[in-house]
Amino acid sequence: MFTRGGAGSVPDDLPARTCDHQGVTLQPHGPAAERAARPAPGPEVIGPVGAPSAAPPAVPSGGKAAVPSGGKAAMPPDGEVAEPAKLVRRRTGRVLAGVSGGVADHLGVDVLWVRAALTIFAGLGGAGVLAYGLLWVFLPQAKPDAPAIETTPRERQQAIGLVAVGAGLALASGALGGSAGAWITGPLGVALVGAAVVWREADESQRRRLRSGTGTLFEGRVGLIRVLAGVVLVAGGLAIFLLGSVDLGQVQFGLLAVVATLVGVAVITVPWWLKLMRDLGEERRVRIRTQEREDIAAHLHDSVLQTLALIQKQADAPREVKRLARRQERELRNWLYEDKGHGRTSAEAAAGDDTPRTLAAALASAAAEVEDTYAVSVQSVVVGDVPLDASIVALVQAAREAMVNAAKHAGVGEVSLYVEVEPEVVHVFVRDRGAGFDPEAVSADRHGLADSIHGRMERNGGKVRLRTAPGDGTEVQLEMPLKVAAVKEAKA
Amino acid sequence: MTTPEPGNEPAAERTGPVRVFLVDDHALFRTGVRAELDAAGDRRVTVVGEAGSVNEAVAGIGHLKPDVVLLDVHMPDGGGAEVLRRARLSRPDVVFLALSVSDAAEDVIAVIRAGARGYVTKTISGRDLVAAVCRVADGDAVFSPRLAGFVLDAFADRPGAAPISDPELDLLTPRERDVLRLLARGYAYKEIASELFISIKTVETHVSSVLRKTQLSNRYELSRWAADRRLV
Repeated sequence: MFTRGGAGSVPDDLPARTCDHQGVTLQPHGPAAERAARPAPGPEVIGPVGAPSAAPPAVPSGGKAAVPSGGKAAMPPDGEVAEPAKLVRRRTGRVLAGVSGGVADHLGVDVLWVRAALTIFAGLGGAGVLAYGLLWVFLPQAKPDAPAIETTPRERQQAIGLVAVGAGLALASGALGGSAGAWITGPLGVALVGAAVVWREADESQRRRLRSGTGTLFEGRVGLIRVLAGVVLVAGGLAIFLLGSVDLGQVQFGLLAVVATLVGVAVITVPWWLKLMRDLGEERRVRIRTQEREDIAAHLHDSVLQTLALIQKQADAPREVKRLARRQERELRNWLYEDKGHGRTSAEAAAGDDTPRTLAAALASAAAEVEDTYAVSVQSVVVGDVPLDASIVALVQAAREAMVNAAKHAGVGEVSLYVEVEPEVVHVFVRDRGAGFDPEAVSADRHGLADSIHGRMERNGGKVRLRTAPGDGTEVQLEMPLKVAAVKEAKA
Repeated sequence: MTTPEPGNEPAAERTGPVRVFLVDDHALFRTGVRAELDAAGDRRVTVVGEAGSVNEAVAGIGHLKPDVVLLDVHMPDGGGAEVLRRARLSRPDVVFLALSVSDAAEDVIAVIRAGARGYVTKTISGRDLVAAVCRVADGDAVFSPRLAGFVLDAFADRPGAAPISDPELDLLTPRERDVLRLLARGYAYKEIASELFISIKTVETHVSSVLRKTQLSNRYELSRWAADRRLV
């Protein structure tokens, strides 16, 4: 009688609630959603070199089949060849910046050939290094949702070896035959390495930001150290280069000019940086809000609207309507209140693991089952909670049996369930205001109470009390000592 | 143990039915409650007005001076708690009874702490609702089983609970605990009285005392809800 007009009440309540809890729900939602958005998280290439390749290298790096679709990699209708992938830098399965891998993907050759070619060109007056640097600067990174590419440790070793050989060749060729001489190539090489470190770090932090939706440009101490080291290398290389080619006075002047320019640029671009930060934050907020709204809409559609449709169809079967309404109410409540603060974490919910793990959850599902099966309403009040173990499971089963009895025999529409978890014992009360009965008069062939309740409880060290009289309702009182307490006492 | 606050004096001198004001943002629901109260009210209860928003409610309560306001917990513009805060400024003698579908403990406790004298769920039968209205009109508290459970939970001694600064407020007496447990088990006041061998009046006193502690104790907010929501 007193239920609200279902469809109207729900959406009105929702926005307020989600706003209230936004600070809380953001955390679970963000990463989870990110995770959902990308098909495979892919191996982290940030930390230890030589990522464990536990997963089988199902995707041979570079092959046509494994072309990471930068955008459109659709098969033409006549099914000839796949369009070559867009030229992008790889995100995964890379050693330095993903340039070689990207080029290999684009050309459809093995990445080793590209690396070898670059190494050889590096020997020709450093052309390979220059090419690599330019490609690094001008190629965009692959999209974050591109499929992950596995690398074997062997491949990585080869690649790192080739990088070393290339660098050595470049330096050597510069030092030996180049017109510039060692004084120029040496320091410039150092500066280039520094720049590479800084750029790589920028790539990493961009990746992290995309993944987690948080973070600044240089995140964490390690990132900062890498960036600083890179800056020192660049500055040192340039300084040595300058010192080698010009005299001291000019250097001072030059340094001063450079510093002044840098400060000027920084000051001028401050508003731009601030705006960038703000835009990023705003964008993130909007994205989260949209996602949440979509979640809610999807849920309401799947559950509430479907149920309302069913209710309209079954309008002439009041019992069925009640059952539907009750189930929907329970589901909606669960969704609104349970997984936000207490109860399941969103990770558990996402895993689709519906097996209850605690007394409260198990009783809630038992009560729901009884409600659905016997079309009664179970008013349950639970104070405290404990994890399930053998005796608690027995307690839940006994309580369920008591609820079933009340639903079947009491002849009333409502059953009260009260559970209180105390430090050493759990009390469960199942009560109805129905017909009641005379315990003495129950025939011996009725096993419900004797076996399912008494037997179960006593086997697990619990107690049962029964209060009933014909016409006076029934209350089954269950008491189960907690094992945890016993263990604690034994220790003490 | 405690007397009802001044202003909530039992309306022994009241003649005629209890004047009720409905606040709920769903017109359909207000209509339902009104019909229910008229049908089951037996001339003990009469609905004098209703409102669908916070402002309307504050104005209506100030103007009509009802005995009891039936208050929805969830409404736009601040909900039931906001109505309570503003209406009590001008009409401190009006009694509020929260009526909600909400199951969230913090919502329910928030209205109680804002000054409501009780909380019942919207699935309550018409007869029980009339009884609850009369009870709060007489200055007593009304605890649904669920609210009793929430309060027991809140005052439970669990690891990590906030320290007890004022034992008078922060602890329930064993008797109050017994009464709350029976309430949570679905017992009516009369049944509680006969179960504990005390008078109904004593049960009412205990419940009022628990209500006062729930409203005034600070133990509550510090411990559980904050910790649950990872706010501390």
